Amino acid sequence: MSLNELMIMRHELVLVAAVLALLIIEIGMPEERKQKINVFAAIIAATVTIIGFLPADTGMLFGGMYSTDPLRMLMKNILNIGVFLIILQSVNWLRQDLYKDRSSEFYLLTFSSLIGVSYMISAGHFLMFYLGLELTTIPIAALASYEQFKSKSAEAGIKLILSSAFSSAILLFGISILYAANGDLYFESFQLSDSLINVLGFIFFFSGLAFKISVVPFHLWTADVYEGSPTNVTSYLSVISKGSSVFILTIVLFTLFRVIQPLWEDVLYATAILTMTIGNLFAIRQQNLKRFLAFSSIAQAGFIMLGIINGTSLGMTTVIYFVVIYVFSNLAAFGVLQTVGHASGKLTMDDYNGLYKTNPQLSLVMMLALFSLAGIPPLAGFFGKFFLFTAVAEKGYYTLLLIAVVNTVISLYYYLLVVKAMFINANENPIASFKSDYSMRISLVICVAGILITGFYSPVFEYIKYLCETF
Amino acid sequence: MMEHVPISHVLIVTSAMFFIGAYGFLTRRNLVTMLIGVELMLNAVNINFVIFDRYLFPNQIEGHFFALFIIAIAAAEAAVAIAIFINLYRNIRSINVEEVDKMKY
Repeated sequence: MSLNELMIMRHELVLVAAVLALLIIEIGMPEERKQKINVFAAIIAATVTIIGFLPADTGMLFGGMYSTDPLRMLMKNILNIGVFLIILQSVNWLRQDLYKDRSSEFYLLTFSSLIGVSYMISAGHFLMFYLGLELTTIPIAALASYEQFKSKSAEAGIKLILSSAFSSAILLFGISILYAANGDLYFESFQLSDSLINVLGFIFFFSGLAFKISVVPFHLWTADVYEGSPTNVTSYLSVISKGSSVFILTIVLFTLFRVIQPLWEDVLYATAILTMTIGNLFAIRQQNLKRFLAFSSIAQAGFIMLGIINGTSLGMTTVIYFVVIYVFSNLAAFGVLQTVGHASGKLTMDDYNGLYKTNPQLSLVMMLALFSLAGIPPLAGFFGKFFLFTAVAEKGYYTLLLIAVVNTVISLYYYLLVVKAMFINANENPIASFKSDYSMRISLVICVAGILITGFYSPVFEYIKYLCETF
Repeated sequence: MMEHVPISHVLIVTSAMFFIGAYGFLTRRNLVTMLIGVELMLNAVNINFVIFDRYLFPNQIEGHFFALFIIAIAAAEAAVAIAIFINLYRNIRSINVEEVDKMKY
């Protein structure tokens, strides 16, 4: 194997190099200059993101264990951008005295998890898929309990690691059944036989993945973990972890399980309805904004299912396009939560009353993010949802479409509750004005630009569509 | 000799192991015992993979490899999980699930 061939695996190699570089910098840096590691990490993340966009060969490596193509590269690039934004948002939080000595741990674990994400998306074999999945979750469980003196953080870590271990055990049982039925684990040569036991294997497999996407019967861990984890870990969980699982689920359903499409359509049909409805209904009654966004992200997962149900390249396009928008909108919302939480320690809806008077820019960003999540016309979220609905309508599932539209209206209600709190509700004692740090501002500006541009700039959609058609 | 043990017997054992593990995970109240439940499920999967290789596809070794990797990953998972348990114990002096209830709505 020549070096050129190995460079097909560029995304992962760069990340491994980044992790090693961070380790060396961490060891070699004198104690009093440890703060600089934040800058290094941000630079490394930016480099990784940019290198990801350079043109590269596609193909397979290691006898089919690893495979890549332009679409998978696009998925990795989307998630790289997400991680870059999260790292920008974490800098100020990691500067506080409690964490500044071990801020490098945060970056190491984040990048390790991103390696897992990349390998999972590029998997060409069930073993690689499983290894990637675990490498994605285990570092994040450690990160969820990063705030070692808060029992909530430890609780979140426990709930995440136990439920992810449970779900991967279910997933593995499914894989073992699929192996028994088909005698092959390579994605390339995998041929689903018409044996009925495949259905059992698929259900187990799907349940395992559904845990990661927090689809409704498997969503119970989500709210607690999202609330207890540090806010930037929560945004990682809700954007990167969920986005990567959605991507791999789409790829697997569209290639390996194409033969049993009627079956997985039924499964997705039921779970989509449950996920949207339950996510929305529970979101209404939340006071804590992190829990609120947790349930909102469950509901968004339900909307994503709508695109997958379509089953054609159009469906795949809408799913990826929606995830792009979801990354920007959700990261903007979590960024505001984080900077407000860091400056004032306040997280509930009532605390946000009158935020516009004291911090107008942050309230505007939050408003744009929530409008985009809700799908209000000029913003990208509207186009994302609109295309998802088109995908369902094209398939002819009008009942499902109706339920989805009703759910959008419900979601509009609770997103507007937050906006109303910020802009209209009076407050005797609002959160004091403060200035957020530069890196947070940069990341929020990028998020807002993403929310505005991905909607209006049609080549984004065209490009994803082109890649999906050639996939 | 393996001819004396039909594959169905082994599958009954592994399925039983898997669901006993799941039952233990869902009903036990001690975090370490819950982790043991998950390990039981993973070991059921390991036996499954090895058995399928031995009985159904004697020319392949993919199942064996898969089992080896699962063992390694399960160890890593247990290490992280127990580290977090210790952290929780330092915070609330208990590893009982009933007391892990700070977050409720």
